[in-house]
Amino acid sequence: MNLIKNHGIFEKNSWILGLGIVGAVIWGGLVQIAPLFFIESTIEKVDGVRPYTPLELIGRNVYVREGCYTCHSQMVRSLRDEVERYGHYSLAAESMYDRPFQWGSKRTGPDLARVGGKYSDGWQVQHLTNPRSVVPESVMPPYEFLKGKVIDAKYIADDLKANKLLGVPYTDKDIANAQADVAAQAAAPDTDGADLNSRYGGKVNVRDFDGNAKEVTEMDALVAYLQVLGTMVDFKTYEPKKAENLR
Amino acid sequence: MTNATTSAPLQLKGFGKPGSRPDILVVSVICVLGLLWAISAAAFSHDLGMSVLAYIFAGAFALGIFAISFAGSKGLLANDDSKYMDGVLKAGVIASTFWGVVGMLVGVIIASQLAFPEFLYFKELGFLNFGRLRPIHTSGVIFAFGGNVLISTSFYVVQRTCRTRMFGGLLPWFVFWGYNLVIVTAATGYLFGVTGGQEYAEPNWVVDLWLTIVWVAYLVVFLGTLWKRKEPHIYVANWFYLAFIITIAILHLVNNAAVPASPWSSKAYSAFAGVQNAMTQWWYGHNAVGFFLTAGFLGIMYYFVPKRAERPVYSYQLSIIHFWALIFTYMWAGPHHLHYTALPQWVQTLGMTFSIILWMPSWGGMINGLMTLSGAWDKLRTDPVLRMLVASVAFYGMSTFEGPAMSIRAVNALSHYTDWTVGHVHSGALGWVGMVSFGALYCMTPWLWRRERLYSMKLVETHFWLATIGILFYITAMWVSGIMQGLMWRAYNEYGFLQYSFVETVKAMKPYYIIRALGGLLFTAGAAVMAYNLWRTAKGDISVKEPLAKAQVA
Repeated sequence: MNLIKNHGIFEKNSWILGLGIVGAVIWGGLVQIAPLFFIESTIEKVDGVRPYTPLELIGRNVYVREGCYTCHSQMVRSLRDEVERYGHYSLAAESMYDRPFQWGSKRTGPDLARVGGKYSDGWQVQHLTNPRSVVPESVMPPYEFLKGKVIDAKYIADDLKANKLLGVPYTDKDIANAQADVAAQAAAPDTDGADLNSRYGGKVNVRDFDGNAKEVTEMDALVAYLQVLGTMVDFKTYEPKKAENLR
Repeated sequence: MTNATTSAPLQLKGFGKPGSRPDILVVSVICVLGLLWAISAAAFSHDLGMSVLAYIFAGAFALGIFAISFAGSKGLLANDDSKYMDGVLKAGVIASTFWGVVGMLVGVIIASQLAFPEFLYFKELGFLNFGRLRPIHTSGVIFAFGGNVLISTSFYVVQRTCRTRMFGGLLPWFVFWGYNLVIVTAATGYLFGVTGGQEYAEPNWVVDLWLTIVWVAYLVVFLGTLWKRKEPHIYVANWFYLAFIITIAILHLVNNAAVPASPWSSKAYSAFAGVQNAMTQWWYGHNAVGFFLTAGFLGIMYYFVPKRAERPVYSYQLSIIHFWALIFTYMWAGPHHLHYTALPQWVQTLGMTFSIILWMPSWGGMINGLMTLSGAWDKLRTDPVLRMLVASVAFYGMSTFEGPAMSIRAVNALSHYTDWTVGHVHSGALGWVGMVSFGALYCMTPWLWRRERLYSMKLVETHFWLATIGILFYITAMWVSGIMQGLMWRAYNEYGFLQYSFVETVKAMKPYYIIRALGGLLFTAGAAVMAYNLWRTAKGDISVKEPLAKAQVA
């Protein structure tokens, strides 16, 4: 049989077998991944999406560190019930500065893509501290320890620089002020939230998030991150039916 | 054998002069450089996570240097090319069994946390919260248990089918210890909150770099053994192992590309963001399934099933066709994890199409495995080890049928984000990967320790039923809870409003989460029974209740 005879070349030469394997496995990635960097319509053109502030970025890193993505998605699918439950379906533009992305794969808890602004800071803090005190049927772990973790933002400029290197549009001023911005957004005494707000587009939540005005804690950061989720896009100027937004 | 021949050189032309041992030099240099790096990282570390990793790496490299010099002074580093290298395989069997039980136990713990949400939670500490333990479970069973099984079986199979000793002298040992260092550092990192934050790719950037070094050594060792083979043909099991090693390297390098905040920070930011990151991640994630958990374990099937059944592989042509079709097609299936998301629809459609096509090459493997028993079906009655291997292939067939069905966009709209996915993964992971690994370990232990047979066939029988019943509990509970929750999320009442709040659907899960934890406990208990049986076998014991004549000779 020809197949067996011709296949002998792979079976008798490990190099050819190895190259054959590489030749077989690369196509999926080349066709499915590479174009996403070149086809312009992959990410919609929207108004309002900005890089995370340093405090939000720290909060996001807490979210990643604690493995929140193992139970919560951040991706509202374009299905009727999801749009009614969570809000407008998620756009690619909304996670364009998310490294890594946190779309998730399992909803043991609800989707969080649009949780920003849905609950008060006080509710978020109480829920994170003891989830079952506000939602008795919840199976979420408690995160009370975040209240006691005071943020040492000594190295936060490094984090912004790494993001900038990868294409997140932080300005030099953002990087120079990164450490001060952390305290400023949490409305720590003697800080200037206005400067931070103007640099990040004017809609930044500047306040004491965790109810402890003396220190900036990881609870502040995580709540600041949760409160901005899904709130950046200006849907008044977004036209989903426009050709450039149909994908 | 005299000392002169035991220190035989590596058998490759151009790789070191006769009598020289470049392998020892290479491993020693890696350990010394690694130790220097680890000491600097401990000194300059920016965060607790980096310090913890640095101390573990420093300890490991120091131990490595000590072990090499100690073994060298005792003459234990000799490389007798006339014999198979079995020591590292024994270590692999022990590590596989150990990590298997540990990884499954963590699974039982986190399953219990979902059923009883106060279980092992300490509000002042985050260490044991679900979000940190879950990667320990997934990495523990996939990479620690599965990875050690793959490394040890691949070393076993490649030596036997090439009729030659492992290539590389000390390198196979380096691969074994290096890989287990990846496991220890990754898992400790998770406990301390050090994570890459991408599912199944959670080890942080330092561990990723170390894994890259270890993986290159693995490829060199495997290819090197193929080069010095004494058989003209490369046996089919080795095609699958080679595809697994090469493709995992490609996936690992691309998906983990990242920029650390600083060389002394444990935090790195992914080179890809948002939608592109989602695509690389599920291209990686689905092919961790396709190549780590499928291709590698098909390599196990192609050696151990024919060997145990004492029958040739059913169809040679089928193995050629399904091998190439499987490795080509798998790489396109990732986007089915992203239906109805912000990923452009053309990619979703491509992913779905190839996922459905994938059903065929998958079943090609199943048919080849099952039909290998032609003429030996009676052995299923008498040999529980063979029954385990065959059951694993049957589970493989089942989950590779379920997978394409779930990749259809309309089905996925219901199944995605629910426990149905979790159940599907576990029918593959427990049924296929778990059972085929158990079968291979039951075969290899008496072969490696030169024992006539296993300690007890009755215990294998017990293990088989514990595992099978555990799997059935697990996957049926997840089918019911997954489909139920999916339907509740989209249920509307008579006024056209959503019928259930989210938390009502959480509450409805409770009985199924208890059944699932129970199923996992049974499966873990089975693995513990295996651990005991393998330990007694290695010791050389034979259960007095089972006379040799009656029991199956291994």
